Amino acid sequence: MIPATICIVLVCIGILFFLGGAVGIIRFPDFYTRMHAAGKGDTMSVFLILMGLAAYQLADFNLANLLVAGKILFITIFIMWASPTSTHALIKAGFEEGQKLWTRNREKEDSDR
Amino acid sequence: MESFFIFAGIAIFALMFPIVWRIIVGPTAIDRIVAVNVIGTKTTALLVIIGMIYGRVEMFVDFALTYALLNFIGSLAAARYFDRVNPSKNFSNSEPKEQES
Repeated sequence: MIPATICIVLVCIGILFFLGGAVGIIRFPDFYTRMHAAGKGDTMSVFLILMGLAAYQLADFNLANLLVAGKILFITIFIMWASPTSTHALIKAGFEEGQKLWTRNREKEDSDR
Repeated sequence: MESFFIFAGIAIFALMFPIVWRIIVGPTAIDRIVAVNVIGTKTTALLVIIGMIYGRVEMFVDFALTYALLNFIGSLAAARYFDRVNPSKNFSNSEPKEQES
């Protein structure tokens, strides 16, 4: 009963983080601010969802379920390592390509992005 | 508990559609690469949830692990390729341009 409750709470918080990331990707005006929403919301939501699923997997405890929970934990660790790395690589590529920074005056010129 | 997993999968799948909108109307190519990277990372969580629904987590977790590796390599390769085909304009410490057209 307790692992199911932990799973439901963590997955719901993860979906909430994903909602924030999606709204940020839609509504931010700039490449760098969109990258901010994408990187952080992405990493945290996948971390919470996979930790919740690993907690539910340990509801009945035996060796096979422990192995599967360890694999899910490994995916979580890998994503916590890989998602900031790819975010950094993408934002470096965008910076060297010469993406414009958002300022308040340019909002009136192209507000329909 | 299975109905909760179905709800979570549907919620994650429905929240991918705004990001697909960003892929379609994204102003530059690097925005599209970012959105594809976000969808790929979410697919990792969605695969584990699908495994929970089917009751075959020990099989789907390997798919999710492979998908996470492929998504990381793919987005990193796309970023490096995008960096290569767009030569540096004004601020960069990378190598100078080889050929002038």
